[in-house]
Amino acid sequence: MFQLDEEQKLILQSVREIVQKEIKPRAASLDEVGEFPWDAVRIFAKNDILNPLLPRKYGGVEISLYTFCMIVEEIAKACASSSLLLIAQAEGTLPIIYGTDESLKEKYLKRLAGDSQVLTGLGAIEQSVGSGIFSLPTQAELQGDQYMLQGEKCFAKNGSVADFLVLYAYTDRSKGIHGISAFVVEKGFPGFVFRRNENKIGMRGAIYSEISLDHLGIPRENLIGQEGEGFSNMEKTLHASRLFTAAQAVGLAQGAMEEAISYARRRVQFGKTISHHPPIQFMIAEMATGIESARLLTYKTAFLFDQGEWKRAGTHAAMAKLIASDTAMKVTTDAVQIMGGYGYMKDYPVERMMRDAKLTQIYTGTNQIMKLIIGRDLTGIS
Amino acid sequence: MFDQTSFLPKKELRDFRTRIQRIAGDKIAPQASWVDEKEFFNCEVESLLWDHGLLTLTFPEKYGGYGKDQTIALCIAVEEIAKACASSALLLIIQAVGSFPIIHGGSKKLKQKYLPQMSKGRKLVAYLVTEPTSGSDIANIQTTAVREGNEYILNGSKCFATSGGVAGIYSVLAKTSEGNGSSSFFLVERESPGLSIGRTESKLGQRGSNTTEVFLENVRIPTGNLLGREGDGFLIAMKDFDMSRPAIAAQALGIAEGAFDAIIQFIKERHTFGKPNADHPAIQTILADSATLIEASRGLVYRAAILNDEGKNSTKFASMAKCFAGDAAMKITTEAIDAIQVLGGYGFLKDSQTERMFRDAKLTQIFEGTNQIQRLVIARQILKESM
Repeated sequence: MFQLDEEQKLILQSVREIVQKEIKPRAASLDEVGEFPWDAVRIFAKNDILNPLLPRKYGGVEISLYTFCMIVEEIAKACASSSLLLIAQAEGTLPIIYGTDESLKEKYLKRLAGDSQVLTGLGAIEQSVGSGIFSLPTQAELQGDQYMLQGEKCFAKNGSVADFLVLYAYTDRSKGIHGISAFVVEKGFPGFVFRRNENKIGMRGAIYSEISLDHLGIPRENLIGQEGEGFSNMEKTLHASRLFTAAQAVGLAQGAMEEAISYARRRVQFGKTISHHPPIQFMIAEMATGIESARLLTYKTAFLFDQGEWKRAGTHAAMAKLIASDTAMKVTTDAVQIMGGYGYMKDYPVERMMRDAKLTQIYTGTNQIMKLIIGRDLTGIS
Repeated sequence: MFDQTSFLPKKELRDFRTRIQRIAGDKIAPQASWVDEKEFFNCEVESLLWDHGLLTLTFPEKYGGYGKDQTIALCIAVEEIAKACASSALLLIIQAVGSFPIIHGGSKKLKQKYLPQMSKGRKLVAYLVTEPTSGSDIANIQTTAVREGNEYILNGSKCFATSGGVAGIYSVLAKTSEGNGSSSFFLVERESPGLSIGRTESKLGQRGSNTTEVFLENVRIPTGNLLGREGDGFLIAMKDFDMSRPAIAAQALGIAEGAFDAIIQFIKERHTFGKPNADHPAIQTILADSATLIEASRGLVYRAAILNDEGKNSTKFASMAKCFAGDAAMKITTEAIDAIQVLGGYGFLKDSQTERMFRDAKLTQIFEGTNQIQRLVIARQILKESM
């Protein structure tokens, strides 16, 4: 686990180069303008990292979740928004991979192969539901050879730009969570109405869309698996998504710490660089210790996923997301602190990182919800 | 909800708070979001603050001052306004900070000339101390003041000057000699030839405040504009901190209370997961921790302010208040976003109040001495007391 194989080394080396050359220089303007990172789509696609989880069978490179986490981490060091693009792609891909339908896989997964710039995403969250994700009000009803969906989705990553998305809806509300089903919806389907993109505090180079499903008709064959299989599909996807958030948070924290250290080694106060001052050293020590712990837990979680230990992986993903995002929040806040007035200004990247970090404590379930999940898993209370 | 009165036995101060609460709620709160979004220095709020005497609270009474309870009055006003808009509250603080060297160091003649200009003529003051290479390390400033006949000639660059671009008067710290006790404060008028405003900074938070560079190039001022004696600069700055740090702490306290109010309002409004918002353990934990920190912050802030008004040594409490309240505000605003998200709201979206408060709170940990510096000050004071 501490030794990378040759393939991983090569991939990470190339990701680092891409990030330095293409991603880092665009991070500030992406945040300022709040635009979708189209350049990143092009660059990642060209370099086989837009959909690296895609199975070989469908033309992908099929890296492990562990390797994927390291890629997300590398990108997040420089630009969290760009790393969110990879996460959104994975969130739209995994439910189809986890599903059982060969025909759906053939149809949609193959579209993501090679240097394809096809975008995807996941619509799991609904208005006034927030973390109570399984109380989703969207309803699907089979009418002839179509499912008719009625409802609304919000905070759909890539919502307005995705060529196809995975959505969840109730096909039978009387069965509770076992009445939830998953569907693949394409951009052009009538009734799939884009409302607006949100204006966020951070990760402003990522799109969170509000979408209306107004008599949205989805062909019957676009149901993933069987009716009622949506819940376990969504759960697996969300667990993986939390792992990715953890990796992103580790990268963000690492990036902020590197900025702070570099500043501390240049900035002279009281006759020496502030890196000599014990209060600054303490802060850096706490940063590094927090980051290393969060990274280890994140990698261990990825390992559990790769081993197919779904249950433990789920609990670990909540723990990794909790510690990594809390660490990212603390580290980025302290990075601004070390850089003082300069850190608070838009000219330096750490204030952006601090705003970005806030989102990692929230999305894929707030950290308060993570604690509930961990607590329940460990005490056996469901 | 919070006990804001037991610390304030004087009815006059309690009435003062009620008056500010009304102004802040009616006139200042509605503009808080857009001044943040547009990075707009709102002259209407400035006029409002002048109208109510809030930009002269720390002046001598005949120039509109509050009198001997001025530090606590300043803190109350800052707290109440910061609940609605931290940027507006910052204007009060910097006016008090910038005028301090003039009020406490200026000659009688100088004060007779400038204080009416400032109070009646409604001139804002900026405090020009920080330089690109000198933040916490005040002794290391590079700006110089050289005496020539009956004038001083000032040269240097100042940065992060709050109200730098909108002030009419500046209190400038400059070196008058080499070595210890080498710096002095000067009053410089905006119209002085050689004084120019550099760029306006774009900040993470408190974006409705104006932060600029100010350059001094062969600025000539009369020797009578020296504040205090030559070499008094450091001392005046330290005394100023005894007032300004409780005021920054009050700002942090106000921001925290504003965020707390946002959670309460959200709890009242909705149900999540089929039960009332107030019943969620995660929310109750945040409420309990936040309320405890707010009460503890208020205790420190008011104590530091009242000690200063009583003329007692308040340096330790001023630093404790600033450090504690700033850290508390950061924690509370960070968790307020979480709380609202847990309840299915959108604390992290731009149209929420909490995301602005979160960005505003960060500055309270930084300016008027970072919280790392505050800890050094506290430790030094404690060691001095116990030796």
